[in-house]
Amino acid sequence: METLKKTKDVKPRIFLSENTDFEVRSLDAESYNKSELQHPFYYNVKYLFVGVFFGIVLVKSEVISWFRIQEMFRLQSFHMYGVIGSAVIVGMLSVWLIKKYKVKSIYGEPIQFVSKRFNKGNIYGGLLFGFGWAITGACPGPLFAQIGTGATVISVTLLSAIFGTWVYGRIRPFLPH
Amino acid sequence: MKLIEWLSQPWPWYVGGPLIGLMVPVLLILGNKTFGISSSLRHICAACIPAKIPFFQYEWKRELWNLFLVTGVLLGGVAVALFLHDPAPVKVNPHLAAELQQYGITNYDGTVPIQLFSWHNLLTTRGLVMTIGGGFLVGFGTRYAGGCTSGHSIMGLANLQMPSLIATVSFMAGGFIVANLVLPWILKL
Repeated sequence: METLKKTKDVKPRIFLSENTDFEVRSLDAESYNKSELQHPFYYNVKYLFVGVFFGIVLVKSEVISWFRIQEMFRLQSFHMYGVIGSAVIVGMLSVWLIKKYKVKSIYGEPIQFVSKRFNKGNIYGGLLFGFGWAITGACPGPLFAQIGTGATVISVTLLSAIFGTWVYGRIRPFLPH
Repeated sequence: MKLIEWLSQPWPWYVGGPLIGLMVPVLLILGNKTFGISSSLRHICAACIPAKIPFFQYEWKRELWNLFLVTGVLLGGVAVALFLHDPAPVKVNPHLAAELQQYGITNYDGTVPIQLFSWHNLLTTRGLVMTIGGGFLVGFGTRYAGGCTSGHSIMGLANLQMPSLIATVSFMAGGFIVANLVLPWILKL
């Protein structure tokens, strides 16, 4: 009970001068509050199943293989280009259909798309992530899947990635955006 | 039994890719969620070590779905290891195999080469640089870029976002530079 109360303490609200991270919807308070339904947390369990599906696909299509990533960056195999390219095409078609037919979510909400604004971080951060991708052979999704398949040492890589994210948050005001 | 064996083989790109693409509409339709994995790392920071940093002051509990998603991804890996494991080593381009052999990488059994990524090799210079250095760059870079392969290259491109195209080109450029010019030096360590 005590701990419950503690977590409910209202934190000082410091908003970011400018949003550069459009993946976090709760920063977008304006558009978020109006439409987003409030659900109990167990509604999130469905995303666990979606994640399991995604994890299985990542492993079986060898996207999480360090070797496949090395082949990609040496133009030695079409595999990864095929995976990413066909994923993008299916994604594009889906988005187009959702917009065209104004498809609603299963809770009846209109589906919203977030437009991203360009900032220099897309380039600098993108390059840095590319460096890391070539070394670890993994983007964030595969890191989780690799740990699951038994490569437990990758949990160190994941912790380091979390730390990297934290350091970014810490020095963000001093970085060009 | 036949089905399990069939599913256990490596899936070709034209099966895996479209299934990955389906993540976009599935998440949108299930709850208006935009596909993106790397933001989970931010939520973990916001939940565990916010340290009064403005970047981590937001209602991470509203983004809890994303942590469920990545937990699922991990469990998906477990599911494959338990039920759909393919013991055959990954077949790579002979040029890559020849290159890696120079650095003593000969084992193709795992998703990551155990001669580089294993508890046994973690405390070598090469192991530390690749495991910890590489991970740091992944976490720092994705957040600086505002997303990773899923958020920018798949979700962002699917929604025709120019910043995502720029980010994707940068990911690839960074990868090409390091894999071809820098990695040989790291692998020699």
